[in-house]
Amino acid sequence: MKQNHQQNSNTPTKLSRRKVLGGMAAAGILYIQTSLGKTIQPVLPASWRKSDTPADDLITPGPGPSKLGGRSPYEKPVRLPSDISSRTPLQDLLGTITPSDLHYERHHAGVPNIDPEKHELLIHGMVNKPMKFTLRDLKRFPSVTRTCFLECSGNFRSGKETMTAQEICGLTSQSEWTGVMLSTLFREVGIKPKANWFLAEGADAAYLTRSIPTSKGWDDAMIVYGQNGEAIRPEQGYPIRLLLPGWEGNMNVKWLRRIELSDQPFMTREETSKYTYAVKDKIRQFSFEMDARSIITSPSYPAKVEPGWNEIRGLAWTGRGKVTKVEVTIDAGRTWQLAQLQEPVLSKAHTYFRLLWYWDGSVTEIASRVTDETGYTQPTLKQLVDYRGADMGGYHLNPITSWLIKRDGSVLFKPESRK
Amino acid sequence: MHSCIAGIKMTWLPVVAGLLWVFVTGFIEDTYSTEPVATPLTDTVPWPTTFNLGRAATAAEIKSWDIDVSPNGRGLPAGQGTAITGKIVYQTKCAACHGKTGEAEAGVKLPAPVLVSDTVFVGRKTNTIGNYWPYATTIFDYVRRAMPYHAPQSLTNNEVYAVTAYLLNANRIVKADAVINANTLPRVVMPARKYYVDDDRKGGAEVK
Ligand code: HEC
Repeated sequence: MKQNHQQNSNTPTKLSRRKVLGGMAAAGILYIQTSLGKTIQPVLPASWRKSDTPADDLITPGPGPSKLGGRSPYEKPVRLPSDISSRTPLQDLLGTITPSDLHYERHHAGVPNIDPEKHELLIHGMVNKPMKFTLRDLKRFPSVTRTCFLECSGNFRSGKETMTAQEICGLTSQSEWTGVMLSTLFREVGIKPKANWFLAEGADAAYLTRSIPTSKGWDDAMIVYGQNGEAIRPEQGYPIRLLLPGWEGNMNVKWLRRIELSDQPFMTREETSKYTYAVKDKIRQFSFEMDARSIITSPSYPAKVEPGWNEIRGLAWTGRGKVTKVEVTIDAGRTWQLAQLQEPVLSKAHTYFRLLWYWDGSVTEIASRVTDETGYTQPTLKQLVDYRGADMGGYHLNPITSWLIKRDGSVLFKPESRK
Repeated sequence: MHSCIAGIKMTWLPVVAGLLWVFVTGFIEDTYSTEPVATPLTDTVPWPTTFNLGRAATAAEIKSWDIDVSPNGRGLPAGQGTAITGKIVYQTKCAACHGKTGEAEAGVKLPAPVLVSDTVFVGRKTNTIGNYWPYATTIFDYVRRAMPYHAPQSLTNNEVYAVTAYLLNANRIVKADAVINANTLPRVVMPARKYYVDDDRKGGAEVK
C-alpha cells in the first residue's frame, strides 16, 4: 500500500492532454490513421510491451466515437419472422420499452416504401371542411408524446412445452410515440354531429381499412410520426400511423393516408372476415380494447434457474387503463403473492413487475395474473373456453401463462388444451 | 472539441459538481411539486380557432382516393357482372392462389384463404364468404382494393362485379344468372349476418 502511494505521488497531479501527447511524441511514439480516418491511435514500440501487469493482452483503447451506435457484439436479440408477422423477443427485453428494431410486425401486403415529401393525409366525409395535410403540416401542430403498448389481437400460440415467450405472445411491443392528437385535426376539419364512425385507410398494397368510433378520436387517438425518439420505422407505418392506445393492433392503421367520417361503420374485410370470433353460437364483432394480460418473461423457456435467490420478472398490461396489481404463484396456483410493480404505472402501457423467489430446487409451476383498474382479472384458458366455447378461434385470448420448473432447473411452457 | 472532459481542470471539479447538485435537486423538487402540470392536451398559450395548416381537398382529389363501399351500397360504382363472366375472371386472375374453384381441396395447401363453401356456420371447417361473411358489399370493397394480391387495383369495376357475382354464386348465395351491380349487391342477404353481435364487454370482474 505504502509503496503504491509513493509511486503515485511521483506522477504529476495535473495531467493535461497536451502534455501527455507532447510527451509521447518526444518519446518517439508512432501514430497511425485508423480506417475511420479521424481517430489517431499510438503504436507503441515493441520494447514497450513489457509491464508488470499479468494480463496476457496489452490493454489498448477501443474504437472512438461514431455516427451510429450499435449493440454489443455479445447481444443478439432478434425478431422471429413468419410470412405475415414477426415477433418481439420478450424474454430478452430489459425494462418496458421495446427497441424499435425489435418491435413486432404484422402487415397484410408487405412494408411499402413511402417518400415522406409526397405523403399526404386526406380527411373527408361528414366534415365541414375536407382537407389534405402533408407530413410537414402534421408536424407543425401541437405535438404530444405518449408511451403505450401495441398488441395484435391474434396473439396467443400454444401447443408444445419448448416455446418461448416470443412464440407464445411476441406480437406485443411498447414504444414512446410522438405525434398530433387526432382531436386536434378533427377540430380543424369540423366533425358533423352524426359522424359516429371514421374509416382509416393505409397506403400499403392492401389499402388496409378499419372502422373506428369517432369517440376514440376525441378521446386519445393520435397520428404519430415519432417512435422512441426518431421517425417511426417503416414496419410501424412510416411516415405516419394511427395510434389508438389500448386497442387491437390492426386498428392502429399504418402508412395512414385517408380518414373518412361517416354515420355508420364500413364493415371492411378486417372487421368481419378477420378480427371477429365465435362466442358460443354467435360471432362477436368490434372487440376493440385489449384485455388485461401478463406473462413472466424471466425465468422463461429456454432459460434455466439455479437453486437459491431468483427474481421472477415479467410484463403486465391492459387496454382498459392501468394495471392495479399483478399476482404471482410459485406453487402451481395454490397461493398467489403480490408482485412489485415498477413505477410509474402508465395507462395502457406495459408494466414491469417482479417478485423475489427462493427456489429450493423442487419441481413446481410459476405463473402471473394481472388485475386492471376496471376490476378485471386475467382469466385461465379454461375460463375463456367455458364461456366462449372450444370453437372460439384465435382472437382476443389473454390466458394466464404457466411455466413448469423441472428439477434440473429447466423452464418449460405449460400448454393447455382447449377442450 | 477535445477539451470536453479531458480539459476540465481538476480545480473546477467542485464547481461542476455543485452545479450538478443544483440541477439534480432542482429536478427532484420539480417532480414532487404540487404545481399544476400541463397535461398533453392543454397548452400554456390558448389555441387559435384554426392553426391554418393543411389545405382544402378538392372534389376531384377526394373522388380519386375514395374507393370504399358501405353495406348500404354507398361508394359502389357504375358497372355490373354475373357469375358466368365472373368465372372467367376467377379462373384467369384468382385461381392460381385460391384454388380451381375457391373451395378447399383435399391434400392441397393453397397460398391464400379458401373462399368458397356451403352456407352452414355451425361446424364449419374454415371461415368462408358463404359461412362467415356478413355483408356482400365487403367482397366488392376488398377485392377492388386488395386483389389480386400481387397486382391490387388492376381489375376494372365490371371485372370486380363479375368476380363478386361468381363468389356469391359459388357460395350458394345467388343464382348463376343474377346480375350484380350497385343496386343489387347491397340487397344480397348474407347467411352469416344473423350471427353477428357487438362486443358488449366493458371490463369488470366478469370473464366473457
Ligand atoms: C398471388 C396470390 C393471390 C391471387 C392471384 C389472388 N389472391 Fe386473394 N388473397 C391472397 C392472399 C395471400 C390473401 C390473404 C390476405 C390477407 O390475409 O391479408 C387473399 C385474400 C382474399 C380474400 C379474403 C379472404 C378472407 O377469408 O378474408 C378474397 C375475398 C380474395 N382474396 C379474393 C381474390 C380474388 C377475387 C382474386 C382474383 C381477382 C384473388 N383473390 C387473387 C392471394 C391471392
